[in-house]
Amino acid sequence: MRLHALDLKLLRDLWRLKAQALAIALVLACGVAIFMTGLGMVRALDATLEDYYNRQHFADVFASARRAPISLLRDVEAIDGVQSAQARVVGSVVLDLPGRAAPASGRVISLPTAGPTLNIPLLVSGRFPLESSRDEVLVTARFAEANGYHPGDRFAAIADGKRLTLTVTGTVRSPEFIYTLPPGGLMPDDAGYAIIWMPETAAAGVFDMSGAFNDLSVRLRRDANREAMIDEIDKLLEPWGGIGAHERDQQMSHAFMQAELDQLRNMSAVLPPILFGITVFLVNMVLGRIVALERSEIGLLKALGYRDSEIAIHYLMLALLIAAFGVCLGWAAGAWLSSGMSRLYAKFFDFPWLVHPHSIDVYAIAGMIGLVAAGIGALRAAWAAAVLAPAVAMSPPVPPSFRHGFLDAVSDRLHIPQTMMMVLRGLRRWPFRTAFTSLGLSLGVAILVASNFMLDSLDAVIDTAFFKSNRQHATLVLAHERPLSAVADARHLPGVLMVEPQFDLPVTMSVGPREKKLAISARPAGGDLARTLDIDEKPVALPENGVLLSAKLAQHLGVGPGDQVHVTLSGSRQGQTFLPVAAVTQQYIGIGAYMRLDTLAAQLNEEPRVTSLNLWIDTDKLPELQAALKSMPALATSVMLTDVRESFQDTISENVRINTVLFLTISALITIGVAYNGARIQLSERARELASLRILGFTRAEVSTILLGETAILALIAQPLGWLIGGWIAWAMVTGFDSDLYRIPLVLTRQNFANASLVTLAAVTAAALLVRRRLDKADLIAVLKTRE
Amino acid sequence: MTHVLKKSIVSIMSENVVSKDIPAFRTRAITKVYGGHGTAKVHALDGVDLDLPEGELVVLLGPSGSGKSTLLNILGGLDHATSGQAWFRDQDLTTMTDRQLTRYRRDNVGFVFQFYNLVASLTAAENVALVTDIAPNPMPAEEALALVGLQDRQHHFPAQMSGGEQQRVAIARAIAKRPGVLLCDEPTGALDSKTGTAVLAALEDVNTQFGTTTLVITHNAGIRKMAHRVIRFQDGRVVEIEENKTRIRAHEVTW
Repeated sequence: MRLHALDLKLLRDLWRLKAQALAIALVLACGVAIFMTGLGMVRALDATLEDYYNRQHFADVFASARRAPISLLRDVEAIDGVQSAQARVVGSVVLDLPGRAAPASGRVISLPTAGPTLNIPLLVSGRFPLESSRDEVLVTARFAEANGYHPGDRFAAIADGKRLTLTVTGTVRSPEFIYTLPPGGLMPDDAGYAIIWMPETAAAGVFDMSGAFNDLSVRLRRDANREAMIDEIDKLLEPWGGIGAHERDQQMSHAFMQAELDQLRNMSAVLPPILFGITVFLVNMVLGRIVALERSEIGLLKALGYRDSEIAIHYLMLALLIAAFGVCLGWAAGAWLSSGMSRLYAKFFDFPWLVHPHSIDVYAIAGMIGLVAAGIGALRAAWAAAVLAPAVAMSPPVPPSFRHGFLDAVSDRLHIPQTMMMVLRGLRRWPFRTAFTSLGLSLGVAILVASNFMLDSLDAVIDTAFFKSNRQHATLVLAHERPLSAVADARHLPGVLMVEPQFDLPVTMSVGPREKKLAISARPAGGDLARTLDIDEKPVALPENGVLLSAKLAQHLGVGPGDQVHVTLSGSRQGQTFLPVAAVTQQYIGIGAYMRLDTLAAQLNEEPRVTSLNLWIDTDKLPELQAALKSMPALATSVMLTDVRESFQDTISENVRINTVLFLTISALITIGVAYNGARIQLSERARELASLRILGFTRAEVSTILLGETAILALIAQPLGWLIGGWIAWAMVTGFDSDLYRIPLVLTRQNFANASLVTLAAVTAAALLVRRRLDKADLIAVLKTRE
Repeated sequence: MTHVLKKSIVSIMSENVVSKDIPAFRTRAITKVYGGHGTAKVHALDGVDLDLPEGELVVLLGPSGSGKSTLLNILGGLDHATSGQAWFRDQDLTTMTDRQLTRYRRDNVGFVFQFYNLVASLTAAENVALVTDIAPNPMPAEEALALVGLQDRQHHFPAQMSGGEQQRVAIARAIAKRPGVLLCDEPTGALDSKTGTAVLAALEDVNTQFGTTTLVITHNAGIRKMAHRVIRFQDGRVVEIEENKTRIRAHEVTW
């Protein structure tokens, strides 16, 4: 089969345009790859979660109580709308792992005697423990793997002061723990935090919960009124120290998965439209110029009898071929990016399987959008080629019209040289191209600003959370409330220099219809380790009366300083009161309410109590302290804040590296794509002018100044615009991230703006030099002799 | 080559069987006005009546702006007349839509331009194929190139050929569709006398051997002696029509 002559022209034109086509194709490829990755991963995660949740009967509602009789389960099951319910015993343990100096901690969950019906652990290796066994347990596969445990291995746990020796019979995964944070941790800790499943009888024995439960999971019927269900469950559990039921959205693992999905959705909503938009602009600009250049060829084709539609399709095809190449590159990059994302997910999230992110339709949708973007970009040029009257096309084009205006008045005063006037008039002659080129370049800046700001913001989060607010080295979480004497006991632990108590009281705070379940943290007046910060992040003293609320909580409840909040006690205490809001505090991780220990005790009409201890330690004596903690009775868990901070920083710096490479690439491709194509088109339009100037005696450098001056001016205009757009995207991201789990502050530094500008200006310079090389090599005298 | 030529003549002649009673082109009171709406009106054609018999070689003479190219554009279906009527054989060109004009050009008209208008990215054969790809009954591109003596240059790009060769490729492209009429706008305008003569010889061959009605615009008064008929233009009007009793051959044309 022979290719038609017009198709041969198409292929040869494409080859001639290869550098410009490649620049466009790369921008498009970026858009396709990110769109594909975003859409593919969102769908893969959604499908995986749904599948996993359904197979393992992940519950819809979760609740805990201090101690509820097992008979209550029947009342829960009797609520209309409840499909099934499962009662469990859960408790915290400290682990003494052979070969590990620091105490690890764990969460014990009972396996109902009749077998779990909800949140069923998925066996990875070994077997379930025998029902009658006292020491057999299942552990998460990740914990086993991180510590090198296999079925049959043993480790020690201290529960309520009792030392147990546990035998691993099997390893599992659970839909409840796809993402697991240890208490007080900010990042998963596979080796140091275990989820342990134990037969019901054994667990009840360990935590003294025979005939009782403290954890409830409920699966609802599809048509159930969720809010009403939660109220009913709360009512049933309230007498038994219930601290409020919640839906999946507050279940930690699920909430993190949703946050990840939101982030992916945001990524796909922001970046691909920018990249596809730039593709539209570049195709429009380049094809517009080609049609202008090929005016007489278009006339010829029409004279030969080619139809308008055939000529329009010829130019559309040129854009579509460029797009097809970009789409193929994008598919490959997208597949690579997604497999990288999948690996990253496998590291942070514990899935038994991950649905393949790229079904054929993800490729198809991404490819189609890429082709449509190029098609839209080509429409104007194709239309112009189609409607060009053949007799007009055969005659030489009318010179572009320039007019006197504001610029001339200014230039007379400022004595702007003629070469500069050429540059300025060129910019004014094509205002849309000027505007869109600047906008395109500014988006390159904006993407860098928006990606780099995250690093500064996370620095601010770390600074606020660890250096300004929670300055203690370690926090010991007690298994039970203790009197204040626990402070003196802790002071005797080796290496402990300072101890400050904290008492966490579970409550429901409400203002009118708005309510929030949380714990009020009470601390001693004048405490120096765990501090509260005002909105400007300056330490603020706990008030003698009233409560401090974190800004997010205050916003949720719709209150400010001076307002009253209604506080209903949950857990083992009952009662309610009104507390005045003394001030609003800054806090990026979680939400919080803070009071003075003595004020709260007075409100409760009891002696001050303690649920956790914040320690300042002599770090040289850390090994002794860690050894002591392994056998400390009544310790639920210990949190080393330095470790938490370090693992957080490590994770961030790893992600930052990935992000930096990714966004630097995107930004450079956009900038080079826009700058290179812009300069090439100017070169093509000005070739004859520049040749004339060379004949008049201008040097190569002077001629280049005219050509590249326009690009330079556009790049400079783009900088402040890019900062502005980048700042706006950053603001949108900050708003998008805002949740009860965490928030990030909007931190935009001069350094960030400067870096973004340096990178993009370097890319513009590289593009300009490529074009200048072309200009230097061109035989400008020959250009003069050819007819346009 | 003679063998190829004879074979082609037979096949092309068989395509061009038309009634000699109807002229190839007729025009009645054709005008073309440019401008208006604030700018000065220019009467490029100001009431032209012509009858051009089938099979003739017609030379259009006249100074720049006298209306020759405008008439050629209208007869070639590239432009619309402002008023009046023009027929190709029995088809009224002045009532045709753009789509019908495209069809008319595709099926009947071969163009040759002063600046050759070859597509730079296509070889000689591929430039000819531009036409043979879409014409209803074309001759093979190689055959068209052989007719203008360029069978050895078919894989050369325009930049690798002389001006005269490029113009002969353009002629090959024009005749490859076996057109009813061949319209040439200054075909030798950019050529020296030697290459110009070769191009004229190619046009002469096409006209005499295939009977293709051929209109040639030229500034070169020497060419008029080749024509059956010479039409002189001035200010958008036909000022003189001259029929040559005796015609000279292309190689006798003086420059």
